[in-house]
Amino acid sequence: MSLQQIARKEALFFSGHRACHGCGMALAVRHILKATGKNVIVVTPTGCLETFASPYGYSPWQVPWIHHLFENAPSIASGVAAALKAQGRDSVRVLVIAGDGSTFDIGFGALSGMLERGDDVLYICTDNGAYMNTGGQRSGASPTYSSTTTDPAGKESLGKTQMMKDLPAIVAAHSAPYVATASVAFLKDLQKKVKKAMLYHGPRYIQIDTPCPSGWGFPPERTLEIGRTGIDCGLVPIFEMENGKITSTHKIKKKIPVTDYLKAQTRFGHLFSDNRGQAELDEIQAMADRNIERYALLRESGNK
Amino acid sequence: MSHIQVVEGSEAVALAVKACRPQVISAYPISPQTHIVEWIAKMIADGELDTEYVRVESEFSAASVISGASATASRSYTASSSQGLLLMTEVLYASAGLRLPFVITGVNRAISAPISIQVDHQDTISLRDSGVIQFYVESSQEVYDTHIAAFKVAEDPKILLPVMVCMDGWILTHSYERVSFMEQEEVGSFLPPFQPVNFLDVNDPKTWGSYAEDDVLMEFKYAIHEAMQYAKGRIKEIFSELAMITGRDHGGLIEAYRTEGAEVILMAMGSMAGTVKEAVDELRSQGKKVGLVKIRCYRPFPFEDIWDVIKDTKIVGVMDANFSMGSEGAVATDLKAKLCGRPDAPLVLDFITGLGGREVNKGTIREIVQKAEEVLNSGLPLHEPHWVDLNPAILP
Repeated sequence: MSLQQIARKEALFFSGHRACHGCGMALAVRHILKATGKNVIVVTPTGCLETFASPYGYSPWQVPWIHHLFENAPSIASGVAAALKAQGRDSVRVLVIAGDGSTFDIGFGALSGMLERGDDVLYICTDNGAYMNTGGQRSGASPTYSSTTTDPAGKESLGKTQMMKDLPAIVAAHSAPYVATASVAFLKDLQKKVKKAMLYHGPRYIQIDTPCPSGWGFPPERTLEIGRTGIDCGLVPIFEMENGKITSTHKIKKKIPVTDYLKAQTRFGHLFSDNRGQAELDEIQAMADRNIERYALLRESGNK
Repeated sequence: MSHIQVVEGSEAVALAVKACRPQVISAYPISPQTHIVEWIAKMIADGELDTEYVRVESEFSAASVISGASATASRSYTASSSQGLLLMTEVLYASAGLRLPFVITGVNRAISAPISIQVDHQDTISLRDSGVIQFYVESSQEVYDTHIAAFKVAEDPKILLPVMVCMDGWILTHSYERVSFMEQEEVGSFLPPFQPVNFLDVNDPKTWGSYAEDDVLMEFKYAIHEAMQYAKGRIKEIFSELAMITGRDHGGLIEAYRTEGAEVILMAMGSMAGTVKEAVDELRSQGKKVGLVKIRCYRPFPFEDIWDVIKDTKIVGVMDANFSMGSEGAVATDLKAKLCGRPDAPLVLDFITGLGGREVNKGTIREIVQKAEEVLNSGLPLHEPHWVDLNPAILP
């Protein structure tokens, strides 16, 4: 069966949402729920997903779903988990599907609390690198030198100057038993990781790279291709950490320069419009190279 | 059969909560709420209370955890105070909107700045528009009884709103009083298990917290108002039912104390009402026609019940332990708004009292009554709030 056929069969995230064409997040959610099955309660904070997947009177959700606020999805999920435990409903699992704004920024304190308490929640961050729902404002997950509407490139600026927050490492530092990154460019791998995470108890974290055509500035039919180039240049490392140790990495088949990835997106367009951006492009290439070394992303490197 | 014991006010709360058997409790410590959550923690540690106790990293999360638990069909509880209640504000609005029926003890304490741990009502009054039902209590006995009623009010299928029991910090939380406790079977039959029709259920999946726009949002808000209006009658029934079991009647939405033929009626909430009652007794013995209306339920605002009591009086002195900066005390505003347009309405004076724990004793109350009589005799209404015992010498 093709992936498309699998996805259509018994989908738990269905028609009735209004995501943009080519939305990586909507695709991710459909495959996340394929992997979890229907015995889950999903908590989603305010953000793209909440907005496009809950227009009152319509619902794409075939599982119980709750949106409460922007910064408290981890705590709502902790409450759901506590209630299920109190009621002895052990077969039902709790899932957060959030965006990067709520995860990296406004809900970070609540996430840290949930992790520290060891609550039985699988937290999935669908990362599109900015507050896309409100027009693409800068978040703690926005890539270095991307142009966002609150930190735009201009005569005196080349966009965001800071590094992206290394959230998987921060989560792992809380002793979370399972931490992984995934991409909508590799849906089978994504499903496999969600299934694996469901085998663990306690707080688990998966960060999924979900390219955003309208926010990143590429045609909607190129979502998966953009996702793949991000991985192949080393800027988006795909790996698994179990009990604090890296246990798998997605190997890059053929390493490509970061410019192949950046050039395809208007959010990095200012780096190519004149010679100003060369030093910055070199810096981004160095970041990718550091990732490749740190996670041993090349085929010939030691890790399996 | 009940039993009587002298306990700390905070322990009375913990024992009431324990008797109601919540499945999930979540809390973050803040003075003077701490003893409540410590008593509960001890009960759990000693195996006397079987509940999931989620020790969170902030009040924002405490309110969020019990919201999630409530949506998952668990009876849920938290307690907070002052800054903690303000931090919960956004959660409480959303949970009222999602119709999640949990109970919160709001331990009254002043709001920064300046930082202070002393009592006033600014914290809980700031939540009056959130959709949370608010009770204010006078004694440890009323604290105990009101918490037991609060769960029943919250969980009523036609109400389904958070309920906050507001109790004065230190004065009630940390003093020891004689309290009569209900037997567990009595509480059990009064308060059946929480079994909501709608909850997060994998066998009947529903979507909660949708995005709404101009075509439906007003109706969602109006539905909360309707539930509040319905609650007025239902709260009185629930307190009557409880009084039948306990033999203790604290009143319904309000308590009218010696208001028969009163020319001056004071209006107060919380522990201050006890002092007012004593002052009223003394003034009555001197032949002064003075009474008290104690507001027990502030939201929904019980105007109809208040009107029945004050309609024949000449002047009402509202003792507001809060202040809306640039305007006046909140309770006075509520009352004046409802009286506006009634030609037979009594005069309303607003007395700002007891901010940051400023002492309100019988002398203070005599001064308030005297001020009210002066206004009455002079015929010159006082439109601006009167700040009781303000010390001009230390003003900048």
